[in-house]
Amino acid sequence: MSLSGAFVPDKMQRELITPEGVDLRLQLADGGQRAGAFIIDIVILLVSLLLIGWAKSALMGVVSRPVKEIVAVIWTIFVFLAMNGYFIAFELRPRAATPGKRILGIRVAARHGGRLTADAVFARNAMRLLEVWGPLMLILMGFAQALVSQGRGEPVDSWMFLLSFIWMGIFVFFPLFNRDRLRAGDLLAGTWVVRAPKQKLIADLSVDGAEHGGRFRFSREQLEAYGVKELHVLEEVLRKSDRRTMRAVAERIQRKIAWTDDPGIFDQDFLSAYYAALRQRLEQRLLFGHRRKDKFDKA
Amino acid sequence: MAELTLKSSRFRAEREADWKRLDALMEKVEKRGAKSLSDAELLAIPVLYRATLSSLSVARATSLDRGVTDYLEALSTRAYFFVYGARSTLFERLGRFFAVDWPRAVQSIWRETLLSAAIQIVAAVTAGWLVLKDPDWFYAFISRDLAGGRDPSASTAFLRDSLYTKVDGNDPLSFFAAYLFTHNAQIALMAFALGFAFCAPTVLILAANGCMLGAVLVLFATHGLAFQQGGWLLIHGVTELFAITLAGAAGFRIGWTLIFPGEKSRLEAAGDAGRTAATAAVGVVLMLLVAGMLESFARQLITDDWTRYGVAAVTAVVWFGYFYWPRSRRAA
Repeated sequence: MSLSGAFVPDKMQRELITPEGVDLRLQLADGGQRAGAFIIDIVILLVSLLLIGWAKSALMGVVSRPVKEIVAVIWTIFVFLAMNGYFIAFELRPRAATPGKRILGIRVAARHGGRLTADAVFARNAMRLLEVWGPLMLILMGFAQALVSQGRGEPVDSWMFLLSFIWMGIFVFFPLFNRDRLRAGDLLAGTWVVRAPKQKLIADLSVDGAEHGGRFRFSREQLEAYGVKELHVLEEVLRKSDRRTMRAVAERIQRKIAWTDDPGIFDQDFLSAYYAALRQRLEQRLLFGHRRKDKFDKA
Repeated sequence: MAELTLKSSRFRAEREADWKRLDALMEKVEKRGAKSLSDAELLAIPVLYRATLSSLSVARATSLDRGVTDYLEALSTRAYFFVYGARSTLFERLGRFFAVDWPRAVQSIWRETLLSAAIQIVAAVTAGWLVLKDPDWFYAFISRDLAGGRDPSASTAFLRDSLYTKVDGNDPLSFFAAYLFTHNAQIALMAFALGFAFCAPTVLILAANGCMLGAVLVLFATHGLAFQQGGWLLIHGVTELFAITLAGAAGFRIGWTLIFPGEKSRLEAAGDAGRTAATAAVGVVLMLLVAGMLESFARQLITDDWTRYGVAAVTAVVWFGYFYWPRSRRAA
């Protein structure tokens, strides 16, 4: 959601200074998003291959021999191109993201902030053959062989299996063991995967709070109780607007600032009024050059 | 609406329309591509982008509304990638690949190409010599399945036939081509990708390929069929062997750079090498597609030795000319 940025730890944040001199503070995509995007892509790829393959075999049933041959050729080349070209074709487009990545709001970008070039996209995807397809093929082949040997009552050669799994494991978990979450392909291509989510502009809570402002008057001391960190927590609580949480938060704030007025007020009204007032106070201080980090910041 | 009491709320209210306009334009671009934009819209984007970026700076310094800063950060990032990103279409990029990127990548790995060729030649000579000394060595290089009877025990007549078999109508010729292509392409891409493991597997793949070549050549030569087999092999072999050599060279470029990154950081050097090598490797796949076609169509349909050599010579001239013909550096 829109506020999930709050939960991304700062070690995933990277500096990207635009030519205009503003740091965009890119967030790297985390392991879960990368894996999720890959799984979505694989499912899309396999389902469409299965569907087209099914249509192909239906077609093969009705056509004559020479046509059959052509269909078989096209099919073989098509499968090869689909497996290797799917990622390349989507990442070459301006959005630089496969459907899986789009769904999860992430995209490929050049590590140094420049243009994402075609050769980089080739490189990061050609490595997939080594990272996934190669060992996967070995595993499937090993599996088929194991079935055959088992049928004949021969011992199953499990070394190949184990080695293939280790091979794939090393590459699959590679991104988790470096700071920038680089896959082997990213490393070779000079790319990384960053978050580029779409966000809606959500309503300004202080407008709502200011409407109730007349009914609540907070003294200066009452507004000195908290800092920016608490303000953001309060913003989140208000946006989620879960009744029980708001009750608890309102009680804590009222205790802390020794709020004695009118106990019959709505929690939400109280909280948004306090939010607006607190934000006004903190922003005022911000304009004078002081950003009060949290409630322990006494300066 | 109540009057806006906060400075940051007023700030937002004054600029919100611009942000939303940029947001809508980005939405349009991402859904339907840059072509869907009118000229006016296209010109508006950089202006709106810069306005949004400056809003972001101001918001970071003065506003504590996280809804706004998060939104501006995401919007600026999206617009940044559009304004400064690649906007050429897939076809323009492909055109550039053929005209500039591919030949340049191949040219720049010429040292590795020589090394890769040398390894195969040494392996071929060694294997050939071993088979000449003791024909049993043949089976060390080529499995019986692959040889399909073309081994030291075969008669000269059988070997000769295997070079000129006309394919009858039942043979799924073109399917064979497609199969050869995917098979070879996987191997070539592997030779490239395995360069990542510091060259060693690439050397093995190249050596194995050279050994097979040497063993087969000597087998046919001992039956006095060297000239005929040369035509059989080279008609597609020029393209295929060249492609495999380049794939190996691409692998070496990566492995070598990982071991000796030079003046750049290892990560940076690996990135540069990887991009060059990947371009060459993608080209290799295309070459193998051509080789597969030649192998199954041209070779089966053309059975005259001199014509086979002629086709081989033409492919050699075409490939070498395309890759190594000097071009001006300005083409980039």
